[in-house]
Amino acid sequence: MTQGGEGRPAFSRKSAEIAVAALFFIFGAIVIYDSARLGVGWQEVHGPRPGYFPFYIGLLICVSAVVNLVRALRVAPEKSSAFVHVGQLRLVLAVLIPTAIYAALVTWFGIYASSVLFIGFFMRWLGKYPWWKVVLVSVLTVVVFYVVFEIWFKVPLPKGPVESMLGLN
Amino acid sequence: MHGFGVALTPTNLVLMFTGVILGVIIGVLPGLGGANGVAILLPLTFGMAQSPGGATSAIILLSCIYWGALFGGAITSILFNIPGEPWSVATTFDGYPLAQQGQAGTALTAAFTSSFIGAFVAVVMITFLSPLVAGFALEFGPPEFFAVYLLTFCAFVGTSKEPPFKTVAAMMLGFALAAVGTDTVTGTLRLTFGSTHLLTGFDFLVAVIGLFGIGEILLTLEEGLAFRGAKAKINLRVVLDTWKELPRYWMTSLRSSAVGCFMGIVPGGATPASFMSYGVARRFSPDGDKFGTGKVEGVVAPETAAHAAGTSALLPMITLGVPGSPTAAVLLGGLMIWGLQPGPLLFVEQKDFVWGLIASMYLGNIAGLIVVLTCVPLFAAILRVPFSVIAPIIMVICAIGSFTVKNAIFDVWMMVVFGILGYLFKKLQYPLAPLVLAIVLGDNAESSFRQAMLMSQGDLSILFSKKLVGFMTTLALLLLFWPLVTWALGKLRGKP
Repeated sequence: MTQGGEGRPAFSRKSAEIAVAALFFIFGAIVIYDSARLGVGWQEVHGPRPGYFPFYIGLLICVSAVVNLVRALRVAPEKSSAFVHVGQLRLVLAVLIPTAIYAALVTWFGIYASSVLFIGFFMRWLGKYPWWKVVLVSVLTVVVFYVVFEIWFKVPLPKGPVESMLGLN
Repeated sequence: MHGFGVALTPTNLVLMFTGVILGVIIGVLPGLGGANGVAILLPLTFGMAQSPGGATSAIILLSCIYWGALFGGAITSILFNIPGEPWSVATTFDGYPLAQQGQAGTALTAAFTSSFIGAFVAVVMITFLSPLVAGFALEFGPPEFFAVYLLTFCAFVGTSKEPPFKTVAAMMLGFALAAVGTDTVTGTLRLTFGSTHLLTGFDFLVAVIGLFGIGEILLTLEEGLAFRGAKAKINLRVVLDTWKELPRYWMTSLRSSAVGCFMGIVPGGATPASFMSYGVARRFSPDGDKFGTGKVEGVVAPETAAHAAGTSALLPMITLGVPGSPTAAVLLGGLMIWGLQPGPLLFVEQKDFVWGLIASMYLGNIAGLIVVLTCVPLFAAILRVPFSVIAPIIMVICAIGSFTVKNAIFDVWMMVVFGILGYLFKKLQYPLAPLVLAIVLGDNAESSFRQAMLMSQGDLSILFSKKLVGFMTTLALLLLFWPLVTWALGKLRGKP
């Protein structure tokens, strides 16, 4: 492990464990809350109410979250290894953030135009390819998807203004 | 025999080869695996399954993708030291050293042939055992089915390497996600909080694509982006020479097949099976201490077991409706979407389908062996495509796959969320397999539980009321508390 910024741990494993256990607890609490609203008890003739089964599921989530939390808290800080290093986190975020933006773009621009942008962005930014290659590969891939999904399997995918401009709707 | 007639139509043969080739590609690509590969392609079969006999064609296509992915995982482990699938991790131990010594062809042939043998043994077992198991299961009522589910899920807690409470947490998360949406019994809306997107609940396909696909890519990224591979050439001489050598390891093959079949039926899955079989082979082999330096036997053992497990995971799926692996869970979900109710009745009501599927297991694996032996250089070339090109393309495929499940863009967002979860869970040792299984089986488990409770008017003792159900419940509880038992035994031995 180098001493530079790239090799520095961004989070410790301990804090990641605590955060995930806490998330589990909150989720379990939500499940319990909603089950309680629906009724967890027994109803004459109809049998168990809708919240009957999820209530215990939520309870189990909370219990196991507490156990995991306690286990995480009992790890001595000096024994806690790195969860992710700064360099690694940067790489992961470099893919995750564009993907999240891509998912948002699909809503407004349709899947085809967004995919051209997404693949192009990756090739240009991470791969440093010349523009002609970027355009060629990204457009070609999307055309292949169009042929396979819209024409071959007849599965319509979301389209936006760019596609309607090209008259594909 | 009748099944071969169903499976051997020209259309189905074409689908078989298409499936295997697609499957190998999926197995080779990082981030795409058996489970999410099948999940992405499942929506495409909705139309196919509507036509008469179409459900059989659809399952042949999907199961062949699965066989292909099982074969494909070995290619990357041997040539690039990158396991394309979790179950081929153990193959890298001896496969990659062999490839570095210039014996990639031998290693690959050994891997493919032993995968084929493992799968074959498992299919033979399925052929003979499944009608028996199904006949037995026809007697099942709701309490028995709930006991089977209980057994499946408790087995996860008892046998997984992950900390038990993390297994429970992941599993219950799956059950809770399955409960979102309309309650199947009363029609009440649960856990939707007024959101229209959640009315239909979470679809397990989206979860699988996110957890396994996106999560896997994020994990791969940490390791850096470079692929360094050995060159692969397979010619007939190498294949024949290797085949001459293989019979020597018949004992290893037999043992590994047994380990694999067992681990596949109890939902241990292919990954632990391959590790276990590698360990067993190392202990029993005369030159066990040379394992890890490039022994053919060290490739034979994990590959045989992984395929035997991967294949036999389908036995509980078709007979009981309880899948033995995440990919089998996805296939099971497919059956339900096509309107087939998996379980013992399938053998009575859908004879053509079941025997067609079983026949296609034999033929699909033969097709797989042919495809991988002839096309290795082609598949290895895929891995030379730089990551910055292949990664976004895989992401786009995942996004399209999530969208087509319900034609909802909301699912594309959910895929990203599940991707982050998958990344976190894998790093923190929360197992993904029970989570996926719980999402798929959640509704069934809940309704069989509620029906059982209705039968007994809320008395839990119905789960012990008859011999069979009592046995299964006891076994389930025993497995559930197994970690506790071993811990207690360890304590006792530590302090006599």
